[in-house]
Amino acid sequence: MREVAIIGVGCTMFTELWEISFRDLFVEAGLSAIEDAGVEGEAIDALYIGNMSAGRFIEQEHLASLIADYAGLASINTPSTRVEAACASGGLALRQAVLAVASGHHDIVIAGGGEKMTDVDTGDATDVLSAAADREWEGIMGATFPGLYAMIARLHMHRYHTTSEQLAQVAVKNHYNATMNPKAQYQRAITIENVLTSPMVADPLHLFDCSPMTDGAAAVILAPAEVAKKYTDTPVYIKATTQASSTISLHDREDITTLDATVAAAQRAFQTAGLTPRDVDLAEVHDCFTIAEILAIEDLGFFKKGEGGIATEEGLTAIGGEIPINTSGGLKACGHPVGATGIKQAVEVTEQLRGEAGKRQVDGAEIGLTHNVGGSGGTAIIHILQR
Amino acid sequence: MTVPRFWRKLKHRYNLLGTHCTTCDTYYYPPRKICPKCRRTGKIQSHQFKGEGKLLTYTIIQNPPEKITAQAPYVLGIVELDEGPRLTSQIICHPEEVEIGMRVQSVFRKIGEESAQGMIYYGTKFVKN
Repeated sequence: MREVAIIGVGCTMFTELWEISFRDLFVEAGLSAIEDAGVEGEAIDALYIGNMSAGRFIEQEHLASLIADYAGLASINTPSTRVEAACASGGLALRQAVLAVASGHHDIVIAGGGEKMTDVDTGDATDVLSAAADREWEGIMGATFPGLYAMIARLHMHRYHTTSEQLAQVAVKNHYNATMNPKAQYQRAITIENVLTSPMVADPLHLFDCSPMTDGAAAVILAPAEVAKKYTDTPVYIKATTQASSTISLHDREDITTLDATVAAAQRAFQTAGLTPRDVDLAEVHDCFTIAEILAIEDLGFFKKGEGGIATEEGLTAIGGEIPINTSGGLKACGHPVGATGIKQAVEVTEQLRGEAGKRQVDGAEIGLTHNVGGSGGTAIIHILQR
Repeated sequence: MTVPRFWRKLKHRYNLLGTHCTTCDTYYYPPRKICPKCRRTGKIQSHQFKGEGKLLTYTIIQNPPEKITAQAPYVLGIVELDEGPRLTSQIICHPEEVEIGMRVQSVFRKIGEESAQGMIYYGTKFVKN
């Protein structure tokens, strides 16, 4: 397998984009990545498209053809593949694209991810997202996604004395980071009190513990590492791409407060890269709910199990802290167009490693990690990037 | 959920009917065709659970899915049956009464409906034991 590099990145605004269609979102993200990489459309050997549920959000399937077509690549018959792993669809598209280049089968490949969530109302969108859990044995019983993560949070609080204030601090930090990200959905700082006085959605999770409904798309261009410098002075190298599965139902996990798919994918990633969690300068992790970021920083090995809450409270995960987490604002404040998220994480880490992250730049960042989760933890995908 | 998809597992939903792998003596609910521990060496048999267990964790749902008729807020929990398997289910109790570790017993209840004219879902909930 040959080494792979990211040579271009692009991302749309993440927010409610009522005036922009699904296909136009993808084209916008893809074009900016292509311009960033300085490649011609003819040079692209393949497309990988991450999307969770266009079938239900916009009643459109066959996205592979649709996006290739509107990207102007159907006329030259470029192969295109749509992949799905719920909220980890973007990460999975990136991984498939990396493997395609690493194997030597393709050279220049584009990995894109996107979701159009606001064409349906919030009730319908919530129901679509519920399909990432086991419909027959969780959803039908009255479980919602906030409800599943709330049950994790409740047990984490019971076992490790994690507090509502510590959960709220995740949201406060990520909203603060998003004030420095011009593409983020929520660019306003909030307080712990704002979180704790927002309506309860599923006890102990408040509205401000939850990521929002978002429209958006992101794209990255990959090339074999040995030719990457032909396209850019600042290639970012993919040191590991790993993936792990776990049970689709939360109740079947051996430990409800651990995403064992994250643990397995992280172990494989650090082993592949020959690195340890201490070597990582920043990480974009899957904070679909505030408790999910606490779990992620524990399960990735940045902090011991049960200490994620206190680490967050002490500011260790803030920009300038020991390991800055979610400098983009994360899913929580940058927004979570589910299929786009895994790609957007790679865009953010790439910009950080290039030193192009503006006010939210992590000084001297050399190694970054992305962590994308499907459902309540049935899929985890990790990439380690190095400049 | 469509009628056939719900109907197909009616007896398992109504009666807490799951499976038991006699090779490794592990119990499963919902039923499984393959034992994840033994895979092809597993011997799967049908098993009727007693319906007693304890509450592992819970939440109080304020925003229910549209098809769940229970008056919000309702308590949703993960129950660990005494035989070992765990399931997600509603706990019929006042939100102030619920606590991690409490003993629970299964009951047969209405759990939701598609619409005024649509299918009614029946299945298992739990009460404090």
